[in-house]
Amino acid sequence: MLEIDGISKTFESARGERVVALAPVSLAIPQGRFLTILGPSGCGKSTIFNIIAGLEMPSTGTVTMDGTPIIGMSGVVSYMLQKDLLLPWRSIIDNVILGMEIDRVPKAEAKARALPLLQRYGLGGFEHRYPAELSGGMRQRAALLRTMLCDREVILLDEPFAALDAQTRADMQEWLLDVWDDFKKTVIFVTHDVDEGIYLSDEVVVMSGRPGRVIERTPIELARPRKRAIITSQTFVEYKEHFLRLLHKPVELAQAS
Amino acid sequence: MKADLLEAAPGHPERSRGTAAIKAAPKLRKVYHEHDPSSWSVFAGRIGIAVGALVLWEVLARANIISQLMWSMPSLIWAEFMRTLLDGELFTDAQFTFTATIAGFVIGTVTGSAIGLSLWWSTWYAKVAEPFLIVFEGIPKLALAPIVVLVLGLGIESKIGMAVALTVVISALTTSAGMRAVDRDLVRLVFALGATRWQVFSKVILPGTLPAMLSALRINIGLALAGDIVGELIGSKHGLGRSIEYAGSTYNIALIWSGIFTLSLLSIVLYLVTSWLESTLLRRFFHTTARR
Repeated sequence: MLEIDGISKTFESARGERVVALAPVSLAIPQGRFLTILGPSGCGKSTIFNIIAGLEMPSTGTVTMDGTPIIGMSGVVSYMLQKDLLLPWRSIIDNVILGMEIDRVPKAEAKARALPLLQRYGLGGFEHRYPAELSGGMRQRAALLRTMLCDREVILLDEPFAALDAQTRADMQEWLLDVWDDFKKTVIFVTHDVDEGIYLSDEVVVMSGRPGRVIERTPIELARPRKRAIITSQTFVEYKEHFLRLLHKPVELAQAS
Repeated sequence: MKADLLEAAPGHPERSRGTAAIKAAPKLRKVYHEHDPSSWSVFAGRIGIAVGALVLWEVLARANIISQLMWSMPSLIWAEFMRTLLDGELFTDAQFTFTATIAGFVIGTVTGSAIGLSLWWSTWYAKVAEPFLIVFEGIPKLALAPIVVLVLGLGIESKIGMAVALTVVISALTTSAGMRAVDRDLVRLVFALGATRWQVFSKVILPGTLPAMLSALRINIGLALAGDIVGELIGSKHGLGRSIEYAGSTYNIALIWSGIFTLSLLSIVLYLVTSWLESTLLRRFFHTTARR
């Protein structure tokens, strides 16, 4: 169980004003859940992301994993961004074992563990290629596999497919669901794409813009495994209309609550 | 638009026949296509100019239109070149210059890169060091030659010293700029995965900065040679720079030209070897040369 308790972020602007980037947010995320944070840019989703990843310190609040505080700590989460951040001088196999290498797993063992996964997740035959030789979708696959192979409890994904074309993006979403199903990890997915949020998640957290705050938490009650066709179903469309309404009138709703 | 004007013009002979007739008489002009010149003609052109210039020089000097005393002439220069080549003087000088340049280049580049890389380890140290690097970069290093020769003597040490002085800061600054260009998100990611500082340095910073360090090689080889020559001009026992300086003081103009010719040859060879080294290493580590 990952527990976020009252984390907020305020900072002083260049003119000395206090700016609230993130109003206090609390979330409890059970093990194995796929949770999406949905919101416009500037709603503080990346701030939450950075605090959970240990990259940024919150102004108030705590983050705990099964009761242990993890603020500013590495070792519990691994993450992936829109940029693949693969090392261009390493082959794909050497890239995906980076996390294990840092944990000082012997190279041969790490490779033996990674190789079948590369085969299984559509990178078979590309293990000795270099990132520059692969398409954007392939590079994101490699980046996600690297994230998974770090073997952390929680995976954070910050708009990982935002730079891909629509078709590749749809393929990657299905592929991500397969990987998630196999690895059984807690996933926190950040996006501003409503369809993506509904299609992938167990639960969607909607945030409003400046200052960032949570407006609503909605469990997505669509049966798994999900087929692509689901996006035209009645329930899906209802979720979508609901979220679009929330996102387009965030100010009034935030004031009403 | 032209058609409109014609249509509007009253009593125009084409008018009654309509636009079809106007379109039937377009003004055609052949599009200019540039042809790639054949390689033999390019080669012939280059050789022609070089030979022509040498012949012109020789003829003008023999006809006393330009002064032989000031300009010498190709036949004399060639004779001087062959004389120094045969009595071994040329070889001794070239070897001296080559050794000093390579030694200075290697010491300067390695030390400079190490200084640049060391800046990553402490922000305090990097900030303290920064103005010193900039000031040292600003000093016209060639002006240091008299001091360097005075301190390190007339031997090869002072020539190496000059080559180091010219190359070390360039390498340090290029390396530090290269390190700053390494993606900060990547560094954060690797830290967040639990890497130690040494792991981040060896797995991300060092390989990420390698292209920048390699790009300094081609600049540095030229600077090392320049530093060495100035050192030799100030005071030396051997070297191509010294032989040019000696030739100048004895009004042996042919020997000056012969020395310049040899130095140019050496400089071209060094440049080509360094470029080859850079692209080979880049391909080895990055499997692409596109990252320059």
